[in-house]
Amino acid sequence: MDINWLYGLLGGLVIGTAGAVYLLVNGRIMGPSSSLGGLMDGSDRSTEQFGFVVGLVAVPAVASLMIPMQTYAGSNWAVLVIGGLLVGFGTRLANGCTSGHGVCGISRLSPRGIVASATYVGAGMIVMTALRHLWGMI
Amino acid sequence: MARPFFAALAGAIFGLGLMLSGMTDTRSVQGFLDIFGAWNPTLAFVMGGAMIPMAIAWRVAARRKTAVLGGNFPAMPPPRFDLNLIGGSAAFGAGWALTGFCPGPALASLGFGGWQGLVFVSAMAGGALLAAPLRR
Repeated sequence: MDINWLYGLLGGLVIGTAGAVYLLVNGRIMGPSSSLGGLMDGSDRSTEQFGFVVGLVAVPAVASLMIPMQTYAGSNWAVLVIGGLLVGFGTRLANGCTSGHGVCGISRLSPRGIVASATYVGAGMIVMTALRHLWGMI
Repeated sequence: MARPFFAALAGAIFGLGLMLSGMTDTRSVQGFLDIFGAWNPTLAFVMGGAMIPMAIAWRVAARRKTAVLGGNFPAMPPPRFDLNLIGGSAAFGAGWALTGFCPGPALASLGFGGWQGLVFVSAMAGGALLAAPLRR
C-alpha cells in the first residue's frame, strides 16, 4: 500500500515545527525565498538569514552521505534556468513562497497568504496541464 | 550567537521535514499539480501537517508580547492584493510546475542534487535580483 501520504503528514508536522521555532524563538516568518532574496539583493543580510540557509542546505547534504539520495529534476538545463528565474522572480515579487505565504500565512489566516497560495497552486495546475497534456513537453 | 544558532536549527528541522515528506522529490510536487494525470495528493498532506504546529505557534505568539530572543512578532500584512502579489505568485506557479522546485526544496537539494540543483538555485538567485527593483 502506498504510504507516501503518511510520510507527507509526518514531514509536514516537522516542517511546521521548524516554522514554529523560527516564529516563537526568533520572531520571524520562515521563508526560504525571503532568506535567499534578502541575502542576494542586500535588503537583509543578517546572520539569521544566513544561518537559516546554512541549516537548510546542511541537513540534506549530510544525510546524503549516509543514505542514497538523488534528484529527479531532469537534465534539461534550459528548463531548469527558466524555471529557476520564474520561481526566484515570482516569489520575490510576491514576497513569499510555499513556506512564507503557504505554511506561515495560511496557518494565521492571512488574506494575502491565502490569495497568493491559491494563485500559485492554480497557476501551477494550469501550466502543468498545458505542458504535460496539451503540448506533451514534460 | 543565539539568533543565527536558532535560525540554523529551524533551517535544519525544515530540511529534515522536506526530506521526510518527500518534497525534495520534484516528481511528487509535479504530480500534485497534475490534476488531469496521475494526481499525487502528498503535498496536500504535507501542507495540512505543517498547519498544525504553525497554527499553535500563532496562538502562542498572540499571548506573548515578544519572541523568546526579543523583538515583536511579524504583524499581519494589510489585505492588499496588488499586481506584485498576483503576478509574482502566478510566475512562481509556472516555474514550480515546469521544474517541481519551490525555494525551500531547491535550497535543500544543493547538497545532493548535483548540477541540476546548482543550476536551478543560481537561476533562482538571479530571478530574485531581477525582482529587487520592482519590490516596495
